[in-house]
Amino acid sequence: MAANNHSEHQSAGHGHHIIPAEIYKKVALALFVLTLLTVGFHYLFHSVMHGSVLAAPVAFLIAAVKASLVLMFFMGLKYDSVDNRIIFALGFFFLFVLIFFSALDIWTRVAVTSTL
Amino acid sequence: MSASTHTASHTSGEVNYINEFKGLKSWFTSLDHKRIGLLYMISVLFFFLVGGLFALLIRLELFKPGAQYLTPDQYNQVMTYHGAIMVFMVIVPGIPAILGNFFLPLQIGAKDVAFPRLNLTSWYVFMLGAIIAICTLFLGKIDTGWTFYTPYSIKTGTAATMMVVAAFVMGMSSILTGLNFIVTVHKLRAPGMTMFRIPLFIWAIYSTAVLQILATPVLGITLLLLAMERTFGVGIFDPNLGGDPVLFQHFFWFYSHPAVYIMILPAMGVVSELIAAFSRKTIFGYTAIAFSSIGIAAVSFFVWGHHMFVSGQSEVAGIVFSFLTMLVGVPTAIKMFNWLSTLYRGNISFESPMLFALGFLFLFAIGGVTGIMLATIATDVHFHDTYFVVAHFHYVMVGGTLMALMGGLYYWFPKMFGKMYNETLARLTFVLIFIGFNVTFFPQFILGAMGMPRRYFDYIPAYQSLNSISTIGSWLIGCGFLLSLYVIVTALRSGEKASDNPWGAKTLEWQTSSPPPHTNFHVEPVVTAGPYEYK
Repeated sequence: MAANNHSEHQSAGHGHHIIPAEIYKKVALALFVLTLLTVGFHYLFHSVMHGSVLAAPVAFLIAAVKASLVLMFFMGLKYDSVDNRIIFALGFFFLFVLIFFSALDIWTRVAVTSTL
Repeated sequence: MSASTHTASHTSGEVNYINEFKGLKSWFTSLDHKRIGLLYMISVLFFFLVGGLFALLIRLELFKPGAQYLTPDQYNQVMTYHGAIMVFMVIVPGIPAILGNFFLPLQIGAKDVAFPRLNLTSWYVFMLGAIIAICTLFLGKIDTGWTFYTPYSIKTGTAATMMVVAAFVMGMSSILTGLNFIVTVHKLRAPGMTMFRIPLFIWAIYSTAVLQILATPVLGITLLLLAMERTFGVGIFDPNLGGDPVLFQHFFWFYSHPAVYIMILPAMGVVSELIAAFSRKTIFGYTAIAFSSIGIAAVSFFVWGHHMFVSGQSEVAGIVFSFLTMLVGVPTAIKMFNWLSTLYRGNISFESPMLFALGFLFLFAIGGVTGIMLATIATDVHFHDTYFVVAHFHYVMVGGTLMALMGGLYYWFPKMFGKMYNETLARLTFVLIFIGFNVTFFPQFILGAMGMPRRYFDYIPAYQSLNSISTIGSWLIGCGFLLSLYVIVTALRSGEKASDNPWGAKTLEWQTSSPPPHTNFHVEPVVTAGPYEYK
C-alpha cells in the first residue's frame, strides 16, 4: 500500500517534454557560431586593437548567452516547471551575492582604508 | 500527530532493521537509511573521540605557561587537527548524517530516502575524505589551522594540499546528503503529511540541506583553487603573482559562515522536538519556528564578512557586513522566544534529553549574545583572534550542536536500538558535560577580553590561573563523554527493552515499533493532524 501510494505521489503531474531534434541542431549551430564569435572578438580586441576594456565584458556576454542556451534546451529548463526555474535561478542569485560583496570590498578598499 | 490520528499498526514483532539481515557485508552494502545512519554514527563518534583527544592535548599544553609536552610546531599541528576533525568530520555531518538519516524518512512516513544508493555512496565518499585527512597525520601533517588561510597555506611545507583535497571530498558527501534529503522531503511524504505537518526537526534538516547544496560547492572550488595555487602557482591568492589573499577569506567564509548554520540548524531542530516532547505541550509558534529556519539559512549567506573585519577588508564592506550580521539575531530570537513560550506552563519533565535541551538554551544564548559583540566592528577589533572568539564559537558549536546531539541521541536511543539506558547515569553525563563545559570555556571569555591571543603555543604568566581552570574543565567534559559512552555501551548490551513510545511523543517515528522494521512502518501511516498536538 505504501509503495503504491508513494509512486502515485511521485508521478502525479510530471512528464518529460520531448524536444524535437531540429531544435537541438539549431541550438548546436548557435553554440558553434557563438564560439566562432568569441574567437573573432578575441582576435579583434587583442591582435587588431591591441587590447580593449570591452574584451572581457564581450567574452562574458557571449559565454552567458551560450550557457543560457544549454540550460534552456539541452537541460530542458525552458520546458520545466516554474518552481525548478526559480530554484535554478536561486543558485545564480547566490553566485551574484558572492561576487557582489567580494567586489564591494575590493572596489572600496583603496579609497576608504588609510584612515590610520 | 497523535497516535489516534494514524492508521499505522505496530506489532512488537521481533524482525527489525537490525536483525533482518546479518553479517558485516549486510551493513556495508545496506541501502537502509537507518543502517546508514548508524554507520555514520560509529564513524562520527570515532572521529569525535580523536578530535576530543587532540582538544585535551591542547588544554594540557596550556595548563601552565611555557613548553609542557609539545613543541610549538606540534602544538600548531594538534590545534589544526582538532579544528579540522571537529568541523569537517564531526559537527558538520553529525546531526544531519546520523539523526537526519535515521529519522527523516521515519518522521515523514516514508520507507527510505529518495535515493538510497546515493545515500550509501555519501557515506563511502565521506569515509574516503576522512581517510585522506587522517593519512595526512602520517604524510607530513598540517599546521595551517582548519581555515587554511592564505598566504601561509600556500607556502607551508606540510600536507596542506592533501588535507584540502580531503575537505573537498567530504564536502561532496555533504552535497549528496543534502540533495537526497531535499528530494525526500518533497517527494516521499506520507499521505496527509503536508509541509506544515512535518516535524520541526525536518524543517531544520531541510533548511540545512539547502545550505549544503548552495554553499558547499563554493568551499570545494576554493579549496581546489588553493590546491592549484600550491601545485601550479596559478596566482589567485598569492600577491606575488597578482593574487589577493583576502579573496581566499571571502570565498572560504562564503561557505564557512553558512556552515555554522549547517552545524547549528539541525541542533535547533532537535531542540524543538525535545522541548515539545518533554513539556507535553503543543509547540508555540510552529510556523514561526519553521520559517525562522529558512530565514536563518537565507540570511547566513549575507554575513560572512564579519569574520574579516581586521583582514584588510574595506571599511565600507565591514559596515555593511556588520549591519547584515545583526539580522541573524531576528530569526534566532524567534526560535528562542518560541521555545521559552512552549516551556511556559508546560508539564515539564527533566529526563536526560530535556536536560540537554535546556542546557542548549542556556549555552546557546551566551554564544548568541557574544556573537553580537563580535558582529560589532568596534568591539570585534579588540576581540578578534583572541580567546573571546574561541569561547564564543565553542558556546555555539559545542554548547549548541553537541548538547543537542547528545540530547537527540538519548531521546531517540530507545527507538534506534529498542533498549533503555540508565537514566540516572545519563543525567550525570549532562551534569559533568554542562559544568565541565562552562568551567572550560567561560574563563576563555575573560582571557580573550584580557587580550590573550588564540592559537598561541605559549602565554604570559598573568593568564595562568584562568588557563589552568579551563584545562580542569576540559577533564570534566572528557569524563562526561566517557561516561556517555559507558551508558550507551551498557544499554546496548544489557538495557531493558524499550516500549514503542517511552516518552509519549507525538511525531510519527514513535508510532512504529522499536527498533523499526526494515520498511519503517508495518502499515503506511496516514496523517490527519500536526506533529505536536498534546492537548
